[in-house]
Amino acid sequence: MRVVVDLTKCQGYAQCAFLAPDAFRMVGDEALMFDPAPSADQRLKVLRAAAACPVQAIQVDLADLPTPPPEQTVVAAKGDRLRREGRVVIVGASLAGLKAAEQLRAEGFTGSITMIGDEAEGPYDRPPLSKQVQTGWVHSADTALPRHRDIDADWRLGVAATALDLDRKRVTLADGQDVEFDRLLVATGVRARPWPVPEEAALDGVFTIRTRGDAAGLRERLMAGPKRVLVIGSGFTGSEMASVCCELGIPVTVAEAGTAPLVGALGGVIGRISAGIMREHGVDLRTHTKVNSLQGEDGKLRRAVLSDGTTIEVDVAVVALGGIRNVEWLESAGLAVGVWGLACDAGCRAFTAAGLVTDDVFVAGDVARQPQPMFGYQFLAMEHWGNAVTQAEVAAHNMISSESERWPHLEMPAFWSLQFGHNIKSVGVPPIADQIAITQGTVESRQFVAAYGYKGRVVGAVSWNQGKWLDFYQQLIEQAAPFPLPYDMTNPPPDRTPVPAEFPERVFPAHDATVVVTGHDPSERRATLVGSSRRR
Amino acid sequence: MTEPSLFQEILDYGNRANPWPLYEKLRSQPVWQEADGTYVVGTYREIYALLHDPRISSDAANLLPEFAEKAGPLAQTGNLPPSFIRTDPPRHDTLRRIAMRQFGPPHRPDRIDKLTPKLAAIVDRLVGDLAGRQQCDLVDDVAYPFPVAVICELLGVPEEDEPRFSQWVGPLVDSTGKSSPELTKMRTDAIQQLGMYMFQLAQSKRANPGEDMLSGFVTDDGPDGRLEGGDLFSALILLLVAGHETTVNLIANGWLTLQRHPEVLERLRTEPDFSVRMVEELLRYEGSVHFLPNRTAVADIEIGGATIRKGHPITLVLASGNRDTDCIPHADRFDPDRTGNVHLAFGNGVHYCFGAPLARLEAQLALTALAKRLQNPRLVADPPPYRPSPVLRGPVHLEVAYDGVLPA
Repeated sequence: MRVVVDLTKCQGYAQCAFLAPDAFRMVGDEALMFDPAPSADQRLKVLRAAAACPVQAIQVDLADLPTPPPEQTVVAAKGDRLRREGRVVIVGASLAGLKAAEQLRAEGFTGSITMIGDEAEGPYDRPPLSKQVQTGWVHSADTALPRHRDIDADWRLGVAATALDLDRKRVTLADGQDVEFDRLLVATGVRARPWPVPEEAALDGVFTIRTRGDAAGLRERLMAGPKRVLVIGSGFTGSEMASVCCELGIPVTVAEAGTAPLVGALGGVIGRISAGIMREHGVDLRTHTKVNSLQGEDGKLRRAVLSDGTTIEVDVAVVALGGIRNVEWLESAGLAVGVWGLACDAGCRAFTAAGLVTDDVFVAGDVARQPQPMFGYQFLAMEHWGNAVTQAEVAAHNMISSESERWPHLEMPAFWSLQFGHNIKSVGVPPIADQIAITQGTVESRQFVAAYGYKGRVVGAVSWNQGKWLDFYQQLIEQAAPFPLPYDMTNPPPDRTPVPAEFPERVFPAHDATVVVTGHDPSERRATLVGSSRRR
Repeated sequence: MTEPSLFQEILDYGNRANPWPLYEKLRSQPVWQEADGTYVVGTYREIYALLHDPRISSDAANLLPEFAEKAGPLAQTGNLPPSFIRTDPPRHDTLRRIAMRQFGPPHRPDRIDKLTPKLAAIVDRLVGDLAGRQQCDLVDDVAYPFPVAVICELLGVPEEDEPRFSQWVGPLVDSTGKSSPELTKMRTDAIQQLGMYMFQLAQSKRANPGEDMLSGFVTDDGPDGRLEGGDLFSALILLLVAGHETTVNLIANGWLTLQRHPEVLERLRTEPDFSVRMVEELLRYEGSVHFLPNRTAVADIEIGGATIRKGHPITLVLASGNRDTDCIPHADRFDPDRTGNVHLAFGNGVHYCFGAPLARLEAQLALTALAKRLQNPRLVADPPPYRPSPVLRGPVHLEVAYDGVLPA
């Protein structure tokens, strides 16, 4: 059977780990790891676990559901041709793509769905690839996402979309085929940013970690007992990989160009805590350090030269430098694309290059860049699991709904990470904050919550092994509550005075002057993208 | 005489059998302030929010003096320190973690799972004992002895001591939520004798440890140390009391609900796995813990159009929240096929019921065994007589007539 847990929702109540201990495991007090493909003899226990989850975060395959609930089909209104026989094309056959298809069917869409994906495999879950897969609990091939309902799609896998023709409403595929649509969903996500020097990136032993193939190859290499692993970059993926190496007893060096791990997402105050934990676990963490070159012998990685003047012997390097949004195929489509993704409105409708909203092109997941009404309408792209799900659901709903029935995507951004036995969760948008204050617990105990403030308002929160409180902070953010928090709470920290959050200066894509405006009269004013995303 | 308030009506024993219309009224306003200063909350969203609100304390020390004297009975454990149910983090987290170390994940992940065959065997024996009669009291004959046997198994109480043990557990559990001089005396005596017994058992476990929880408590030190003296005894009493009346009521309420929904009872007989989601729906629809009393605000809290004042007691009416139609579609319908069932029967947040996995399994096994084996079961009285407590609500007796008992 197949299982996935929405770890954005999970609050660590451990009911599943009690009831199906072979399929669900707690790491530390509140972090959950799960087996995405438990064996058949676990079925009843897994069903018990899924039913018992207090936040209903566990999803199992349709075939494993006990009694299929009566079909909640919304009968398509008469004359609603789109709902009955419309053609929906979804480019990107991963989490967002699958969730959108399921949502369409759940809402009674009976037209055709075409799923296009450049990987040969069907939708699978990526978070386990840097955790359970690397520690060997789960095989990378076993991470297929469960199907919550039958989506009856025409699958075009292993073939990338190469172009979009908006006028004729068709997507061109790498094999030359054209697929026509009434509604298009762009859910092409991001790919791993490769090591920038191609010859060095090609060395045997240099990995990125985004796909199943990446994960399987890296796991194999870690099993072979490398002398030392070099992790390049200490965002979430890099930090998780460092944690995995420690768990496996493999010496690891982390090269971080910035001041500390996780600084981009959570700021310098939290970054220092994270750095301390890494070093406690024996990680050779080098901050303010870049990798100057990766060197090999006979095509195999042998050593790395670092900007601190040292050379280290390594046989595996994990390049964890973030992702590149998969928008190249849209470059000539006239849509608002760039290195930050494809821009859309709060209803997931894509913008044209001129900033006009389209009616037929929708976008969801890591590739979407959306204005956040809660955060001053800033356009933000969220590479979060939960965001991919909720955005896909909103996009799918809006695709087949009339204007007055459309939903805005107002989900609070949220993400989690598991490293060195610590469960880190965040809500809101910490990087826009200027201040941070510990609000509950103590940093020393590694159990605390910190709130982020921007100009006197709460805009984010992060918890370390205290995730059950985050719903409270989410409400504060939604209500634009004052920062610092003006009232007493239980488990107060020794010092709750706000301090600077220490985010790196925000980089705006100003160098990426993407648009030229032409024409003079209102009827002829046009914005056109110029060779934008090639310069990166 | 002034009119009784809505909450006083809810507390009135006369409404025990059917509090639901009163709960519906309660939900017309999320937060009610009683004349005595207590705040009563009965809507799903507000209860959920308060259970996650760090301005809510479980520590009686945060009550204003005028409320502290009237603190609930769960706080009155003689000279013992408060169990973790009445503490806040970080102390709560530490005590709970030490207790959890002997009970479940991460340290003993499969303790409850491994117990499943044993639980099934106990249920089979209890249901088997109903054979040769035409009528039983489902409370006295199954729902009550089952959790006693389970806690004995978990703690490592030897089988021959079980009758003595349940003799003390009875008065302790029965006196929860009530007070009279006799009950208090019975309770104090029971605590003393149970204390003596547990002390001796702990000594023998220390010398000769087994796989049980008590052996773990006295021999296995985790990073947080161990429960010593009063803390150990408080935790044991909590596990005994909280693990008892709740499960008894869950099974009894469950059977009552099944008898009132014969089509569901029939599905339980015939559909494998049906008990899993059925019990979740039961927890929502007829859970045992109707109120969570004993919470206090440590700051003024604006919620649901009202302000809960610092130092005042708060009562969360979980059972009302579980029937809140604003958040739960067709909340008054018993629907075991319901998906996304996010009820509050075990609370939520850091105090989420410690024994929930055990309660779930116990109810699933007991109700399934009864459904499969009792032939033509019929309620002798509907509604049955209820226990006095409005907090932990359930039938005091549940007489069931039947034609026979099928073999297991």
